[in-house]
Amino acid sequence: MMLLEKSLAVIFALLLVASVVNGLLVWLRPAKDWRELTLRIRTWWVIIVLFSLAMLSPNWLALTFFALVSFMALKEFLTLVPSRHSDRMPLLWLFIAIPLNYWLIGIGWYGMFVVFIPVYVFLFLPARMVIAGDTQGFLRTASQLHWSLMTTVFAFSHVAFLLVLPADGQQTGALLVLFLVGLTEFNDIAQYLWGKSLGRIKVTPKVSPNKTLAGLVGGVATTALLAMLLGPLLTPLSWPMALLAGVIIGVTGFCGDVVMSAIKRDIGVKDSGTLLPGHGGILDRLDSLIFTAPVFFHFIRYFCY
Amino acid sequence: MMTRMLRALFTLCIVWPVIWLWLGLRVKHRERLPKSGPAIVVANHNSHMDVFALLSLFPLREQAKVHPVAAADYFLRDKRMAWFALNILNIIPISREGGAANPLAQCEQALRDGKTLILFPEGTRGEPGKLAPLKSGLWHLSQSMPEVPIIPVWLRGTEQVMAKGNRIPLPLFIDVTIGETLRFHPEKKVFMDDLKQQLLMLQQQTTGNHPHE
Repeated sequence: MMLLEKSLAVIFALLLVASVVNGLLVWLRPAKDWRELTLRIRTWWVIIVLFSLAMLSPNWLALTFFALVSFMALKEFLTLVPSRHSDRMPLLWLFIAIPLNYWLIGIGWYGMFVVFIPVYVFLFLPARMVIAGDTQGFLRTASQLHWSLMTTVFAFSHVAFLLVLPADGQQTGALLVLFLVGLTEFNDIAQYLWGKSLGRIKVTPKVSPNKTLAGLVGGVATTALLAMLLGPLLTPLSWPMALLAGVIIGVTGFCGDVVMSAIKRDIGVKDSGTLLPGHGGILDRLDSLIFTAPVFFHFIRYFCY
Repeated sequence: MMTRMLRALFTLCIVWPVIWLWLGLRVKHRERLPKSGPAIVVANHNSHMDVFALLSLFPLREQAKVHPVAAADYFLRDKRMAWFALNILNIIPISREGGAANPLAQCEQALRDGKTLILFPEGTRGEPGKLAPLKSGLWHLSQSMPEVPIIPVWLRGTEQVMAKGNRIPLPLFIDVTIGETLRFHPEKKVFMDDLKQQLLMLQQQTTGNHPHE
């Protein structure tokens, strides 16, 4: 078996353990309400089956999968934020940016990919909005449009760009994706578990009152430790560099989580949507990945490629 | 037979891909929708997308028995539109001017045959997010068929997806909240007020904060 298949098998084994534990809890303690957890794990199965299929498929298909995820996330974001009637055409242009962005990744044109949305689309959108001519709330709308595109498409698509980084036989792009996504999700869970068990000092009392300093430090440390063990296996990073990558993923993952929470609070919703039962919307699952992906990508690209 | 096949093809190749992939429905309380007719589904009306969103709530087999009730003067205004509305959308045309003996006769017959009707009591695509005054045709229909359940539905987001005059639907999620079944009330005002209250309550549930249950 190849390394990729082995890693995926490990993930499925972990998921199986989670399902069994959940089943035991429901059986042994039927008094408590386990519906949320059961739903959450069931959705995890769907996510991980789809993700694994994407990892095992050829690059063009995997990129299509990531483009679809971006599409759903952008759609969810734009449904949340209030838009003016005159924003119709600029909004449609946002969606046209998705296939172009992923096509640039597909042909491996890094130089264009890295400026396309942050520079060209950034300048094009307000210019297109001027044609519509509605100046009431112009700056607010322009910021919202650019923010939604930068997070759900540009930042997230760095995960996809890992796929097309040159492979050196042993280590492939899919393994890098697995390393990043696996650690980001692991970090979410670790932060949650550490925060639940200890800590009184709140890091972001106004945004996410459940986050404690001990949770943050414990989560980052656990993630860094796991990164140190997995890094040399899945990535070209040596163990000290992998440890550093783990710290980066831990800290940025935390930031993504609380920033998206702040946005949801601003809009006045608890969940960004209902697409993933037990989790909320697709943005609720991608929040930390939106921050970890570009930072990890540039870290590994600078040192290894 | 032929039109039935065309209708299924239209649903499978155009309506469902647009509604479920390009847009996406977020349905609350789907279990409140009756499995079979006769029934009357009433909803707020802001966009041509409304009728497709409501039709998509029904399984393909059921769809042949679902009829949107639509204005004759608009949908039968030219030959091609009339063919499409009558055969593919399956509408029951209704006169907005009155004059005919009983403008609701066709609707009553459909309900007697166990069909489901889709009705927009505002009578036209109103201002987005606002409920226009409700027309009382529903009460007259309900008076002659008092045992038929009436299911109020609130649609949010269709006017952003496609407002009057737009051609390309903008990809956004549409929220659909299905309310509890209403029954006939002999007092017209009581019935209409009750319906209005129900719809406004559904609007609250749809647009407000949606915390975990």
